[in-house]
Amino acid sequence: MLLFAVRRFGAAILVLFAISVLVFLIFFATPGVDPAARIAGRNADPATLAQVRHSFGLDRPLPIRYALMMRHLFISRDLESFVNRGAKVVPQIIQAAPITLSLVLGAAVIWMLLAVLMGTLAARLRGTLVDPLIMLAGVVGISLPVYWLGEVVNLITQNRLHDGLFSWVPPLGYVGFTEDPGQWALHLLFPWLTLAVLYAGIYARVLRAELVANLNEDYVRTARAKGISERRILLRHALRCSLIPVVSLFGLDFGALVGGAALLTEVVFGLPGVGKLTYDALQNVDLPMIMATVLYAAFFVVLANAAVDVVYARLDPRARHA
Amino acid sequence: MPDALLEVSDLRVTFRTRQGPVTAVDGLSFTVAAGEVLGIVGESGSGKSVSMLSILKLIRDPNAQISGSVLFRGRDLLALPDRQLRDIRGRDIAMIFQDPMTALTPVYRVGWHIAEQIRAHEQVSKRAARDRAVQLLAEVGIPDPTRRVDSFPHEFSGGMRQRVVIAMALACNPTLLIADEPTTALDVTTQAQVLDLMRRLRATHGSAIVVITHDMGVVSEIADRVLVMYGGRAVERGPKSEVFRRPRHPYTWGLLDSVPRVTGPKVRRLPAIPGAPAGPHDAATGCSFAPRCRLRHPACDARPELRGAGSHLDACWLPADGRPALREETHG
Repeated sequence: MLLFAVRRFGAAILVLFAISVLVFLIFFATPGVDPAARIAGRNADPATLAQVRHSFGLDRPLPIRYALMMRHLFISRDLESFVNRGAKVVPQIIQAAPITLSLVLGAAVIWMLLAVLMGTLAARLRGTLVDPLIMLAGVVGISLPVYWLGEVVNLITQNRLHDGLFSWVPPLGYVGFTEDPGQWALHLLFPWLTLAVLYAGIYARVLRAELVANLNEDYVRTARAKGISERRILLRHALRCSLIPVVSLFGLDFGALVGGAALLTEVVFGLPGVGKLTYDALQNVDLPMIMATVLYAAFFVVLANAAVDVVYARLDPRARHA
Repeated sequence: MPDALLEVSDLRVTFRTRQGPVTAVDGLSFTVAAGEVLGIVGESGSGKSVSMLSILKLIRDPNAQISGSVLFRGRDLLALPDRQLRDIRGRDIAMIFQDPMTALTPVYRVGWHIAEQIRAHEQVSKRAARDRAVQLLAEVGIPDPTRRVDSFPHEFSGGMRQRVVIAMALACNPTLLIADEPTTALDVTTQAQVLDLMRRLRATHGSAIVVITHDMGVVSEIADRVLVMYGGRAVERGPKSEVFRRPRHPYTWGLLDSVPRVTGPKVRRLPAIPGAPAGPHDAATGCSFAPRCRLRHPACDARPELRGAGSHLDACWLPADGRPALREETHG
């Protein structure tokens, strides 16, 4: 098991290296494009261009350029955004990352709890009215666009009912966990719920389908013949096996969200996270920032997948030798 | 029979379907005495498995309707509430299923499976349950049981898994073991080992066994008495030696003749029973085997009941004395 984890993370590091090379090549070796002009931004003066050329070693061979770039990113961390008048890129990401992580982690906990609860209940009560009702609630959750739901939540909690029912809701924005954990949670509560609604719906439906399939498996019949209670069959046998595909789905979604896919939620709730950072960088064609956020996103997707594979192997012994 | 352990009478299982009700088991009655091995034989779809599953109320299909009575030590299992039935399942009546590859929950170790069974019915510590699991694995012939108890099901071969399933079934010393095609999914040498194991365990644990199979060879190996089923009904019932030596029902003849023989004169072509097994929708008012029977005659339009002298019964309208001759004649 430990060996599996070590191997899996070793592989993840290789993948990350490959991604960094690929990203580098896309930005610096696309034929017919002058990377210096791109990095310096629109209408840059010749002096800036020369500075960029020198700073990124654009007159030197590719491998050296790659090494220089990685030094800018990870060692000296002084990659500058020229569009943004010399703002350092890496510190911005380091500042934004905890916000996105807080948002996604909290939402993930909520949606997983909700999904397991809804999915299990629906599968248990199959054939009654409760099952289609829960599944309907799931579809509604999936169908609500985050930006709309977020705005409605804001309208209610920040404006219409702010003087009454929701007077305890703090203004939009982010408070660091280390500053004040209570305020951190309070500020993030509605963003969490908003983001979780969509995923809870999807996961509840996936889990229910898995459970229904698993409850028809032979091993469930064996367990019944053993005299095991229905409750234990559902939770210890069927649910345990049904969680395996859910976990792999979770890895993909979690990685993507931390990598910036939570953008809409971040924008609606005024959270200056990585999604927002990427979005602004794209608007300004801020190449160094885009490159850094792409690498950051890749980092989390790969890391989340490696972590999920380890959890997967923990859940499913058959995967350990693969 | 005074010492009947299990007494099934007039068991009827009907499924509601879009095409109307389908009767899978139609008025099945039999008894199993303590320590006895009953072999239930029949083709796929003859209602063998369904009848055994319904005895323990393991049919979860809400469209299934079960009637009749299943007396186990005088208690009607069909009338018991689920809570009490659960105490009987696994402790008094254990069941082994056909496909050992899928019978175990893939994410748990084999020792865990056996311990779960023990702890569901007895108040013992995890440690003690595990020790019992090791003992049981040794008993069913798993080599190196102290190490293998921590293996996962996918690390075992089919035959080994069936041994694990058997060990699990025997964990609480059940008085009745129902084995639903226990050897069908295994290769021939493994089949022999598993049968041998079941015979040995019957001696040590003293369980009565109901073996469901479509394989006459399995029945001849292990059974004391035989029940032949066709189309959800019993067509012949009797002691094994009687049924094998003097089979009475044309369907039983067919079953016996379709077993390939290694010794004796070589037959050009293995005799098969013509036609296909009765489908559940072919609601027959007469003998359900009649459409495939070469000896069909007008009397077959009425349904024959199980009857006969002594312990050997059959459901056929043919005259009792002329049958051996008729059997020879049909495939001369």
